[in-house]
Amino acid sequence: MGNTAAVVAPSPGGARRFLKRLQDGDEIAHMLTLIFAASVLLIAVLLVYELWIHSSESRQRFGFNFFFTQTWDPNSGQFGALPYIYGTIVTSVLALLISVPLGVGAAIFLAELAPARVSNMLTFLVELLAAVPSVIYGLLAIFSLVPLLRTYIEPGLKATLGFLPMFQGPIYGIGFLAAGLILAIMTFPFIISISREALLEVPREQREAALALGATKWESTWQVVVPYAKLGIMGSIFLALARALGETMAVTMVIGNDPRIKASLFAPGYTIAAVIANEFSEAVNGLHQSALIELGLVLFLLTMILNAGARLLIIATTKKGSSRE
Amino acid sequence: MNRTARRKLISNIMMALTGVCTFLTVSTLFLILGYLLWNGGTSVDWNFFTKLPKSPGETGGGMANAIVGSAQIIGLAALIGVPIGFIGGVYLAEFGGKTMSFLVRYTADLLNGVPSIVIGIFAWTVVVVPMKSFSALAGALSLAVMLIPIGLRSTEQFMLSVPLPLREGALALGASKWKTIATVVVPAAIRGILTGMILGVARIAGETAPLLFTALNNQYWSAGFNQPVATLPVMIYYRAISPYEDWHRQAWAAGLVLLAMVLVANIAARLILSRGAGAQRG
Repeated sequence: MGNTAAVVAPSPGGARRFLKRLQDGDEIAHMLTLIFAASVLLIAVLLVYELWIHSSESRQRFGFNFFFTQTWDPNSGQFGALPYIYGTIVTSVLALLISVPLGVGAAIFLAELAPARVSNMLTFLVELLAAVPSVIYGLLAIFSLVPLLRTYIEPGLKATLGFLPMFQGPIYGIGFLAAGLILAIMTFPFIISISREALLEVPREQREAALALGATKWESTWQVVVPYAKLGIMGSIFLALARALGETMAVTMVIGNDPRIKASLFAPGYTIAAVIANEFSEAVNGLHQSALIELGLVLFLLTMILNAGARLLIIATTKKGSSRE
Repeated sequence: MNRTARRKLISNIMMALTGVCTFLTVSTLFLILGYLLWNGGTSVDWNFFTKLPKSPGETGGGMANAIVGSAQIIGLAALIGVPIGFIGGVYLAEFGGKTMSFLVRYTADLLNGVPSIVIGIFAWTVVVVPMKSFSALAGALSLAVMLIPIGLRSTEQFMLSVPLPLREGALALGASKWKTIATVVVPAAIRGILTGMILGVARIAGETAPLLFTALNNQYWSAGFNQPVATLPVMIYYRAISPYEDWHRQAWAAGLVLLAMVLVANIAARLILSRGAGAQRG
């Protein structure tokens, strides 16, 4: 829209115009709204600054060893983040392995097959899933998913795929697999909603050309439409990954809170967000707090990089700006 | 089977599979709703809304303090976040220069993607540390930080969708720019802006992670905004991970109440918007 206010030329006419605008109140309104808009920048800068300052004790004490050691013992002042980083990566990757095929599949159905009305309705229902608070996902996971895993799914996996190290070991129900599954459910609404949008942006002619050349519906979809929307779909996956990495409550409730690195998906683990949630309010000594805040900083940087990438990819495909959540 | 028939078969199978994906994902919502209704439906009673929590292991009690606490925190967060988001959004839609707008817009989107637990740490550093106490204020600030980018972007979006001729008409009649905005553009977009704010508030209403070490929790009524306060989501968390059967029952009840509020807000927002669009077209 109009950005005439920015054009205050140093000519005499410009000065007079500026005075006129000041009398109208336009300059005042401009400055006032600018201050409020700039507060967003201020919050962001302050956030980075506070995380950086409050994690300094831990950063200076441990340096890069923080990321490569496994001992986490508040009593002796030893803090190594490797088990948390490992748990965060394993659960997030597991979540994406499930939610990407499922989400992209559903997005293809909603964009290519379903009539517009049905598609809009179903997409609204999927987007409602994204509005469900994460503590409620956690509640459901504790009392329905975990017993289901313990009695049926994990014994089943052990019996059929037990030769793989990831499906061995004692079965608890809680652990990496439970966290990965609940994260899968929490991330696919984002993948569906944004991928569908990207697929709908593909020009009609692309489909028609492929079909006219004799391609089947699937061939036209998979070899022409999906590659055309590739960037948007990748953006949605980045965004989903960022959500999965930072998700706290649902994971904290089912991961088992055990900071050890195990190959088995049945084993209890721990994630960065979960350890912050569990220990922060009780961390009494400064070093412990500082180490937890450094974990927060790591989480912040990881999700920022993913989000920045995702936004650029989504802007590039939909050309609508980054207004979509 | 010849080649064409095989390709057709593959096509049909794959397209059917995408239908299965859709069914699986959409049915999750109904599974969640059904399971929550089944488990929580019988526990939402008068006591739940009027009684204070009992000590661990005791049967009975309710979550009256957590309901009031949630209302306090969300109200204060909205009081901080809505005006900032709204006025900032007006800047983006009406005044913003190219660079500044892009910067604010992009930062708001990034802020929107920051994990809520990290926002909690931020609120802890700027409120809990200087005040030396966990407080409702710290909790409200963390939620406000989450609300601002949502309110900002939705205000901008709905103001930009107001047709240009409407503005030009007002300007041509001699109104100054801010007068045009205040008397023409904002009233035209107000329905959308309100909807965006409702959605934003619904989103922060369910947040738990940033409250764990800002608002903390409280077994009793909160004494004020500088004191720890109980909230519904945090209550659900501690009830759910407790070993007591009766507390699990209460967690289900609280989950059902919370989800009902969030879903009603979302559906209402959707209805308001679609009716508005219909009216504009007609």
